[in-house]
Amino acid sequence: MQKEISTISVQPTVAAVPVELASKREKISAHQVCAFFGQNQALKNISLSIPEHSVVAIIGPSGCGKSTFLRSVNRMHEMIPESRITGTLTLDGEDIYQMDAVQVRRRIGMVFQKPNPFPTMSIADNVSAGLRMNGMRDRRRIEEIVERSLRQAALWNEVKDSLFKGGMSLSGGQQQRLCIARALAVSPDVLLMDEPASALDPISTAKIEELMYELKKDYTIVIVTHNMQQAARVSDRTAFFYMGELIEYDGTKKIFTMPSKKQTEEYITGRFG
Amino acid sequence: MFRYRKIKSTALYALCVASVLLALIPLLLIFYRTLSFGFTALNLDFFTQLPKPVGESGGGLANAIVGTMILVGIGCCLSLPVGILSGIYLSEYGQNVFGTSVRFLTDVLSGVPSIVTGVVAYTLVVIPMKHFSAYAGGVALAILMIPTITRTTEEMMKTVPHSYREAALALGISEWKTTLRIILRTSLGGVVTGVMLAIARAAGETAPLLFTALNNRFWHTTLDQPIASLTVFIYNYGVSPFDDWIAQAWAGALVLMLMILLLSIAVRFATRKRYHEH
Repeated sequence: MQKEISTISVQPTVAAVPVELASKREKISAHQVCAFFGQNQALKNISLSIPEHSVVAIIGPSGCGKSTFLRSVNRMHEMIPESRITGTLTLDGEDIYQMDAVQVRRRIGMVFQKPNPFPTMSIADNVSAGLRMNGMRDRRRIEEIVERSLRQAALWNEVKDSLFKGGMSLSGGQQQRLCIARALAVSPDVLLMDEPASALDPISTAKIEELMYELKKDYTIVIVTHNMQQAARVSDRTAFFYMGELIEYDGTKKIFTMPSKKQTEEYITGRFG
Repeated sequence: MFRYRKIKSTALYALCVASVLLALIPLLLIFYRTLSFGFTALNLDFFTQLPKPVGESGGGLANAIVGTMILVGIGCCLSLPVGILSGIYLSEYGQNVFGTSVRFLTDVLSGVPSIVTGVVAYTLVVIPMKHFSAYAGGVALAILMIPTITRTTEEMMKTVPHSYREAALALGISEWKTTLRIILRTSLGGVVTGVMLAIARAAGETAPLLFTALNNRFWHTTLDQPIASLTVFIYNYGVSPFDDWIAQAWAGALVLMLMILLLSIAVRFATRKRYHEH
């Protein structure tokens, strides 16, 4: 009898993380990560593990540290003066803060909230910027990668006849997919997306979401979003941040159907935040 | 209420147009006068001949045209690297006490009367070399150009949105490549405008050349000799009592203006916005 009860109480947690996820290799791991801006502490002891080939969504109200966490993963955080980080972040078991920052960023790509194609470059040059500026000269190879990346970003069919037009001539949604293609061109393992669809209309948003589903076959994706429906739609796991702390991290289905923390429930039901 | 706002709007608009016209009047007058007076003295000889001795008519200012180009060229060689690199420093790393003082001193330098920079170049170059030279003139012009180039480079690079820098860094592009190939490249149009302003100003300066490059009625043979320049010739001829010299001074002014204009157009064309980078 005793045994049965304990089984029942444990059951939901196990079922909430799909078996296929639980068996996946760990891609990024954070252990006791704290981030500071001067005297301000933006992250408090964040520990979480991101499995390979999955989409992890980070949700939470503004100022909760979502973006800071994302930026500490690819070391963009340290570009801000007086910023500091403690704790350990690893990529494939390797300490990110022991690696060369430039190398980290080539393995962990990033897509920003507002599309930001380089204004002086054509569509093709935008995609190949990362390759060219890191010394790739082989024109044929560059062209191949440009096409592959644009196909991956589901933009190829729309721009294949205008590759030499300016990147800024595209619509907002196309520009954002161009930025995704640009990030993919340097063949990262991980793609960080900081509210990638918040500046886009619903149709473009749907395209980006569809894309994430395709991309997770080859990449590991971490997405910060304000839109809880989006998190529920695209992610396998969801982390809820509040006031710089990780309140809850679990399978997306569980977070949205039976969160174990009261704060999580209140946030997803719209009672605060 | 609506009518009142409409009247106010129209009045302010009219004021703006009037101000523009007012600002354009001196420019047009100068242009018209230089064209009408200078054009009559302009002929092929002006571009190919040396100045004739006093009393003889004819001749040209070929040596002065070339001399101005050389002086401005030397000025550019010295001021472009210093000015652009300082501008990059101020915009990218200048958020500290040192940066603030450099910025302040640069502004002070741009307010220094040009004749004073001539004295500086005289002290720095002419005295040690013991004679006037094209180098000394170039140094004087460079000192004049540096503040303009530095400050416009800084300002223009600061206008590039931070998001481009982030995008480049997030692609694993190193910091110096991001600065040069993304930030500087994006602001190139503005930087070029600043450089052109500096060149135009330097090419039109007389005072700093008077006791650095001096003048030369003949072809210079080496750059450590005095060299002719259009502005010094314009100054000398303009105050002379001879009518044909005065006419040649007008022609010199016209040629100088056209040279700057052509250079501006050429540089703008070469650095125009385009998307084909291959």
